Amino acid sequence: MTTNWTINSVKEAIAGKKVSARELAAEHFKRIAARNKEMNVYLTLCEERAYAQADRIDADVAAGRALPALAGVPIAVKDVISTRGVRTTCGSKILENYVPPYDATAVTRLEAAGAVILGKTNCDEFAMGSSNENSAYGPVQNPAAPGTVPGGSSGGSAAAVAADLAVTSLGTDTGGSIRQPGAFCGIPAMMGSYGRVSRYGLIAFASSLDRIGPFARKVEDVAAVLQVMAGRDPNDSTSTTAPVEDYTAEMRKPVKGMKIGIPKEYFGEGMDSGVREKITAGIELLRKLGCQVMDIQMPHTDYAIATYYIIATAEASSNLARYDGVRYGLRQESDTLVSTYRKTRGAGFGAEVKRRIVLGTYVLSAGYYDAYYLKGQKVRALIAQDFRNAFQKVDVIVTPTSPVPPFRLGERTNDPLQMYLADIYTVTGSLAGLPGISVPCGKICGKLPVGLQVFGPAFGEARVLQLAHAFEEARGANI
Amino acid sequence: MKISRHDVLRVAELAYLDLSETELEIYRAQIDEILEYIGKLNELDTAKVEPMAQVLADDQTADATLREDVVTPCAVAEDILRQAPDPEGPYFRVPKVIER
Repeated sequence: MTTNWTINSVKEAIAGKKVSARELAAEHFKRIAARNKEMNVYLTLCEERAYAQADRIDADVAAGRALPALAGVPIAVKDVISTRGVRTTCGSKILENYVPPYDATAVTRLEAAGAVILGKTNCDEFAMGSSNENSAYGPVQNPAAPGTVPGGSSGGSAAAVAADLAVTSLGTDTGGSIRQPGAFCGIPAMMGSYGRVSRYGLIAFASSLDRIGPFARKVEDVAAVLQVMAGRDPNDSTSTTAPVEDYTAEMRKPVKGMKIGIPKEYFGEGMDSGVREKITAGIELLRKLGCQVMDIQMPHTDYAIATYYIIATAEASSNLARYDGVRYGLRQESDTLVSTYRKTRGAGFGAEVKRRIVLGTYVLSAGYYDAYYLKGQKVRALIAQDFRNAFQKVDVIVTPTSPVPPFRLGERTNDPLQMYLADIYTVTGSLAGLPGISVPCGKICGKLPVGLQVFGPAFGEARVLQLAHAFEEARGANI
Repeated sequence: MKISRHDVLRVAELAYLDLSETELEIYRAQIDEILEYIGKLNELDTAKVEPMAQVLADDQTADATLREDVVTPCAVAEDILRQAPDPEGPYFRVPKVIER
């Protein structure tokens, strides 16, 4: 069996009739059957749907028809993204038996482009977490560093690609939930700008922050999947008509002379020395590629975590009000309607979700709104302004993705604040609505993957991909 | 102390969330620590800062104009009702709301 497929190698093999889309799907399902028990990557498989799609691609090949961009590419989808007729749990007991009546637009577009959806991946409950340990269905193993967490919340999607159980996958990013697991599992992972990819069918956590984006083994595959999903969708009023660039073409342009800002605030205390060493070497490599590396200042970085956990929890408390045991999901029957709501929610939500609902309701409640929520929105404006100021001087900003390498399973579960603080380098770009990618930047002692993060200005996806691609090409195995 | 046991009970009431005694005490202590940390935002003078209530820039929000209010066919009613814990015909059934 061939392993480590990429979109291009799939394309060549299918067009050249070396392998059929059905065989490729079967090969993946075989590996999943062998490894999922130990990895816990997939929560639900959709073999019937996958083979039906694969057969359509194989019929196209047989008939000599032109093949779409992702023809036959096996893909995994995070379990917060709706798939018609395929169970979607959000990693929560409250949606254990929920079967969406429609597909998310991202899913519709991927399938229209020929992708073969294998199944739904494990994640932190309602995408709330940084280690995948908040899933009601158990933790996920990190295939790149056994015994450690794969990151979160899109841990299953990252692990699926890293463990060769899918060629690419979809995750969602609210405060780092694509980029950080990408870094922890040693693969490229990207979120486009806020408004770039439709969220229709994405089950909401924090609506001013949530984004859908891809994981893959190569930056060019990340670009290809983003390309298919990007663009206005009439079903999502926050998706924009801003023109979508040709990412694959733009990505190959030379990076010589590109101005790269390094914010000193992203290299402060709390940063692991191994991460620092790898990122410093990564920046040195960018210099060798002819980029102009310069120091910049982003003075409000230190306030980003506090701001993020006000805004994200406030929005979550509102979005999660819909789980009331009436229209879908779990119901804990009681004698009155209100006690039915209360019991249903008390029984259906896990600890992190409850904690965030309580915190989010508190910061929005009478007497505290101005002190917390309004204050958070104001500091968010300052953080966004830091980025706008920086992009007056530089083309992209380069930082570590996470201050720490993948940690041991169970190591941090008892201290939520410590877990939150590790999101420091990712939440800033989330709050500002900007595109960001994490690309592999070596492994500490050859074991623990480190990710290098690139931020671009709003709708500057092509530029972000361009630098990430050049970095990936230039990087030897040893930095 | 930023948040009291009473505050957590009040908030849980607002959020329709049953919490056990143990949960109540654990969340109170954890959220207290988080709010203590969040307090660092008060170091910043934001009197003259406009709150960021919208992520998209002004030139992109033009996209979000309202569509025409036209009825389009939607054939998922059956599928939606099938998801309900207690459907009856075209309705969602709930425990009695009105006392008499």
